Amino acid sequence: MSMYFDNAGTTAIKPEVMEAVLPYLAGYYGNASSIHAVGRDARKAVENARAQVAAAIHAKPEEIYFTAGGTESDNWAVKGTAFAHCEKGKHIITSAIEHHAVLHSCQWLQKQGFDITYLPVDAHGLVSLADVEAAIRPDTILISIMMANNEIGAIQPVAEIGALAKAHKVLFHTDAVQAVGAVPIDVGALGVDMLSLSGHKIYGVKGVGALYIRQGVRIDSLLHGGAQERGRRAGTENLPAIVGLGAAIELITQDIESHVLRLIKKRDRLIGGILTAIPHTRLNGHPTRRLPGNVNVSVDYIEGEALLLRLDLAGFQASSGSACTSGSLDPSHVLLAIGLSHEAAHGSLRLSVGDFNTEQDVDELLAVLPGIVQSLRDMSPMYQNRS
Amino acid sequence: MYSEQVMDHFTSPRNVGEINSADGEGTVGNAKCGDIMRMYIKVDNGVITDVKFKTFGCGAAIATSSMATEMVKGKTVEEALQLTNQAVADALGGLPPVKMHCSLLAEEAIKAAIEDYMSKHPSA
Ligand SMILES: Cc1ncc(COP(=O)(O)O)c(C=O)c1O
Ligand code: FES
Repeated sequence: MSMYFDNAGTTAIKPEVMEAVLPYLAGYYGNASSIHAVGRDARKAVENARAQVAAAIHAKPEEIYFTAGGTESDNWAVKGTAFAHCEKGKHIITSAIEHHAVLHSCQWLQKQGFDITYLPVDAHGLVSLADVEAAIRPDTILISIMMANNEIGAIQPVAEIGALAKAHKVLFHTDAVQAVGAVPIDVGALGVDMLSLSGHKIYGVKGVGALYIRQGVRIDSLLHGGAQERGRRAGTENLPAIVGLGAAIELITQDIESHVLRLIKKRDRLIGGILTAIPHTRLNGHPTRRLPGNVNVSVDYIEGEALLLRLDLAGFQASSGSACTSGSLDPSHVLLAIGLSHEAAHGSLRLSVGDFNTEQDVDELLAVLPGIVQSLRDMSPMYQNRS
Repeated sequence: MYSEQVMDHFTSPRNVGEINSADGEGTVGNAKCGDIMRMYIKVDNGVITDVKFKTFGCGAAIATSSMATEMVKGKTVEEALQLTNQAVADALGGLPPVKMHCSLLAEEAIKAAIEDYMSKHPSA
């Protein structure tokens, strides 16, 4: 039972993951680089986790590099490729709805003289393959398109993009931070050269992630120092977190079909409940190419932060793309990219269902949400003036 | 992130609603984040006897609207015109810096309602 509906933000650590991690906090403290017995225990644990991550995405263990999270993996893939291949060209293709870890890396590269194409998405949040192909130029060195979007849950045609990238001999990176455990991943079949993932979205530990780099793909390092991670990512391995990532990814991918079906059942119950019980609501994102836990709706005439606060007071945690929650006072770039007006983005509500939410939790949420929405609408001058 | 007073005025806002035959009405909006605040005042002998608001905005916007209505109720129109957003924020135990603009909306909405009243009652 959990009233926490912000699982796309982060997840609670699963008991099995905690059990795997605890010995590495309580007893095993070795440095995986030391050659003595204590160090060898740590090395074994790191390599075991590497094998677990590799198996989950059908990669080879030596293609997995541990990082400090999804953000570092994205930064590394984008900037590392840019630095390593700038002699071939300085053009990168990405989408308008990437996570800021990719978008802001691209914007920074622009300042260093790179040329970035930000592909638009359609009203459902999908990039078009024709747009991808049309954007490829002789000086294109990287395509970086996320597998699944964190806000609206749209799942991109990654395998098709991978085929295009291969045909044009351009490297392809995908941010799969939200996709792991939600979409089966086979890096070979998808044709990706690099793939980012993160521990804390899959009931693992925060501050750990991995970058898959296909064997033979050359990218520059961001962190220089010791010879860890085959000399490509310096820094003493974060042993407990890495062990936790291994355990978490094994757990979430071992029985992915039924895991996904359970999530979809709760998700669709929530979507159906909201759209029928609350007038003037619309689903954002794709109806079917959608993360199994993602619900994103626009609730007209009210503002998202006020809605989140009221839900929180009622014991439910959620998220919003409202300008008022962003700190920058700009609404979500993802919601604007799918063509939402500022007002519709304002009243957006993201409920991300996770493994700990039961159908009863969904029903309890559905029991309070309409009342909260109505009380905020009663306060809204826009509801009063609605046509 | 919000003070107890902000949460109190957010969860039980005072003076929400409309006044049917208001003496003054003002609507202001924030171009940056897109929020809207509307105030209604009833004036009797130069004194604000009733005030109501409707707000489309964040927790701070709702709380500052509520507090602003409390602060001008029973005041003369001249006194109410002296209301500042800083005073509203202070009365709420402070606001996070990114939310100060929401209190400005409350000040502007009160002033817009009073200006509307004064334009309709030039002799007052
Ligand atoms: C799609 C996506 N990419 C990257 C990240 C960043 O991952 P991390 O929080 O591990 O740095 C997130 C998480 O917010 C995400 O949802
Ligand atoms: S009303 Fe938008 S941030 Fe306060």
